Amino acid sequence: MTAVQTIGRIFLAFLEIVGQVAVFTIVAVTHCLRPPLYFRLIGRQMMEIGYYSLPVIALTTLFAGMVLALQSYTGFARNSVGAESAIAEIVVLSITRELGPVLAGLMVAARVGSSIAAEIGTMRVTEQIDALVTLSTNPFKYLVAPRVIAGVVTLPLLIIIGDIIGVFGGYIVSIYKLGFNPTLYLKTSWDKLYFVDVNTGLVKAAVFGFVVTLMGCYQGYHSRGGAQGVGAATINSVVSSSILILILNYLISAMFFGT
Amino acid sequence: MTVPKIHLKGVCKRFGPKVVLDGVDLDIMPGESVVIIGGSGSGKSVTLKCILGLLMPDAGEIEIDGESVVGIGARARERINAKIGMLFQGAALFDSLTVWENAAFGLIAGKGMSRREAKEIALEKLALVGLDEKFAMMSPADLSGGMRKRVGLARAIAIEPEIIFFDEPTTGIDPIMGDIINELIVKCTEETGATTLTITHDMASARKISDRIAMLYKGKIVWVGPTGDIDRADNAVVQQFIHGRAEGPIEMELRRL
Repeated sequence: MTAVQTIGRIFLAFLEIVGQVAVFTIVAVTHCLRPPLYFRLIGRQMMEIGYYSLPVIALTTLFAGMVLALQSYTGFARNSVGAESAIAEIVVLSITRELGPVLAGLMVAARVGSSIAAEIGTMRVTEQIDALVTLSTNPFKYLVAPRVIAGVVTLPLLIIIGDIIGVFGGYIVSIYKLGFNPTLYLKTSWDKLYFVDVNTGLVKAAVFGFVVTLMGCYQGYHSRGGAQGVGAATINSVVSSSILILILNYLISAMFFGT
Repeated sequence: MTVPKIHLKGVCKRFGPKVVLDGVDLDIMPGESVVIIGGSGSGKSVTLKCILGLLMPDAGEIEIDGESVVGIGARARERINAKIGMLFQGAALFDSLTVWENAAFGLIAGKGMSRREAKEIALEKLALVGLDEKFAMMSPADLSGGMRKRVGLARAIAIEPEIIFFDEPTTGIDPIMGDIINELIVKCTEETGATTLTITHDMASARKISDRIAMLYKGKIVWVGPTGDIDRADNAVVQQFIHGRAEGPIEMELRRL
């Protein structure tokens, strides 16, 4: 086989996957928008995706805020610039614009995306998805839509909490380790924070929630070949949604702040 | 002439270069119990999946109650599948739900019945397959293979289907439990008057539950006739299969020693 043939084959396989994902996305979105919806299942998924992810997200953003304050202080100390107000600003903007959504998105991809892929993948290989169809229940309506809706709704809520905890992490380090003035720190944080900062974070969160749950469902739905197939689906869901999160994060940032 | 409940004509299906079904013709009359026998990989499961719409045949026609079901939309498919119950090989119970919720699934999610009403029917059907109320709140993961099949059977008959499919109902369970399942199948189909199509390679089971037997070999139905006639079938493939001989016209996909 010539090199051209190999490249062509890989390219065609790639296009096939892109097409498959596109069709899956369209079908999933139509089922999210068109009634009837299973509210009971949406509620259960919101608990699963949102509430149970809280501890992980709280820890991640707390330490991100803490290390951010610590390192930017080192940077400012070396250059002997007035650090106090700058650090509060750096922490609050980095957390709300970038680190909060991205870190939370990645943690949710690892925690929720993998579990969705494994669960739906197992249902696929044990014929449970076929069983749904024979019981006149659409798998998209019953399995995919509740997860995607729950992801899009709960991730922004998680991010708001994550933002607050992240800023608090920076506050702890600045006050107790670096000896800043607490009132001044909080006032600077609040003054430097604009609506658009939080807003972009929430847009990102909703998009990431969509990507993570959708990739989990897609990989699980198309898994093949027993336990090994389910393992592959789990890996693919985490890898693909993590990469998509990082790419989309750049694109959304460029859209809001890119002038 | 009565319209056949299920009508297959020239159904073909291939996966890549591998031809699995090569023109399957079969008519199943209302109230009849037909068993398709055949070796592993002969296309029995693919036939069932084509009828259910889980796979799309490449060619041929499939009719249920005289209505063509190849390539119909999702809504029409849901309406057709509401007439069909299926017992899967591994039971395919939903492991996030309890036993009674599984049995009631088609009623609650498929037909929109209230949970309380559906639970009553589910318990009734579970009793019919020999599971009393203490099993109702258990998780399917805590049940043995035979028990799971019973729950699967209860789930299939709970929607009172006109057609029931059985995919290898006795595979993977001990012979005694297998015979109990066979008797349950006979009892349930007699009580509901449903048309049934079973695929199996277990001859004892096939003889017990069928009115007619069809033999699937190399993607075609090579013999079909009343159950009582199978021992006198003038077909070398059928004779080899029912006697389980290694030597004969059926060549397993193995390399010759």
